[in-house]
Amino acid sequence: MIDQHRPASDEELHAYADGALGGARAAEVEAWLAANPEAAERVQAWRAQNRGLHALFDPVLDEPVPATLADALARRPARLPRAVAAAVAWFAVGGIIGYALNGWLTPPVAPELFAERAAIAHVVYAAEVQHPVEVTAEHEQHLVKWLSKRLGKELRTPDFTGFGYQLVGGRLLPGDKGPAAQFMYQNNQGARLTLYLSLPGKGAQPTAFRYEKEDGTHVLYWVDRDLGFALVGDADRAQLMDIASAAYQAFNF
Amino acid sequence: MTNHPFEPHIPRLRRYALALLRDRTHADDLVQDTLERALRKFNLFHRGTDLRAWLFAVMHNVYVNQVRASASRRALAPEVESDEPVQATVDDAATMRDLSNALAHLAPEQREVVLLVGLEQLSYDETARVLDVPIGTVMSRLSRGRERLRALMSGETASYLRRIK
Repeated sequence: MIDQHRPASDEELHAYADGALGGARAAEVEAWLAANPEAAERVQAWRAQNRGLHALFDPVLDEPVPATLADALARRPARLPRAVAAAVAWFAVGGIIGYALNGWLTPPVAPELFAERAAIAHVVYAAEVQHPVEVTAEHEQHLVKWLSKRLGKELRTPDFTGFGYQLVGGRLLPGDKGPAAQFMYQNNQGARLTLYLSLPGKGAQPTAFRYEKEDGTHVLYWVDRDLGFALVGDADRAQLMDIASAAYQAFNF
Repeated sequence: MTNHPFEPHIPRLRRYALALLRDRTHADDLVQDTLERALRKFNLFHRGTDLRAWLFAVMHNVYVNQVRASASRRALAPEVESDEPVQATVDDAATMRDLSNALAHLAPEQREVVLLVGLEQLSYDETARVLDVPIGTVMSRLSRGRERLRALMSGETASYLRRIK
């Protein structure tokens, strides 16, 4: 039933003016405004303001983007290898065209040795209840400093909280070319994923993201900044891609 | 390079910046500062959230820092709220000019809300997240900003000032 006698609040009037008020109440407010010319005049004025703002500033939308602004974007990615810069762009818009990434991923190739080691380390330690990590997230700074020193690279613990995963901690592991690091994350459901970092060997070139699945364990791995990265978990491939892109960005920006 | 994920959002960032500052050079400087900051902070952007809203939030932070800096220098007159009335006219082009002038007389925090809602058509919720304030604050700034614009454009402020003198 329409209640055109219930006065419209100031908030409702703004929502009405902005077309943000829900169906039934919008009709009520409309009826109420018909009986309250002073309020109707205000709403009219606000709508006229919105129209005026568009008339004033919309022409900017049709102008070509000044070169200085396009250059501002080109500056940073230009320092990255071309293929990697392209990966950033692809990943950042991945939400919209997620499935298209299936075609973009490089075709299956023999997994790098470090990816295999990452998968094994994940299976062993992610299942561990008592001692999943050597150093807990409580001592995150120490953990990062310690593992950075052992690998001789500046490591970071990417923030995956946006995906519901909190850092549990990390450990030092033997890799095939020396020491390797494993950071472990866990979500509210207790699902774990690990980020494995190792030295891929001299002359290793940055690669695109590669994907392997073995017995329900998903591995996304890539080489960048003289480090081999492998993200391992039970999360589905699309989510793993999202998280890998966050890890990639954490190490590059 | 082309196809940068920020690129499709630049026209709307430019529109918002121009409406905020009403000066093309300053507006594009603000956009450039915003893009550069966004590139540095991209690791803090969480996928699954709206990139456009995030870029507006970055611009808001850059803008607020500039307003703060200029307020301490008293350099940019339009950033300071003034009670000087804007002449009302019936002519369309003049009305546009009035609106543009009246906008300059809003407090920066009111102007931001009026523009994010009225021009950029962000929801109240998105606006609250962009500005990092509670939604109640958005509503009260919107209400005061729009009423002030209305008063400025109808010349009410002038008579109001006369009354209290």
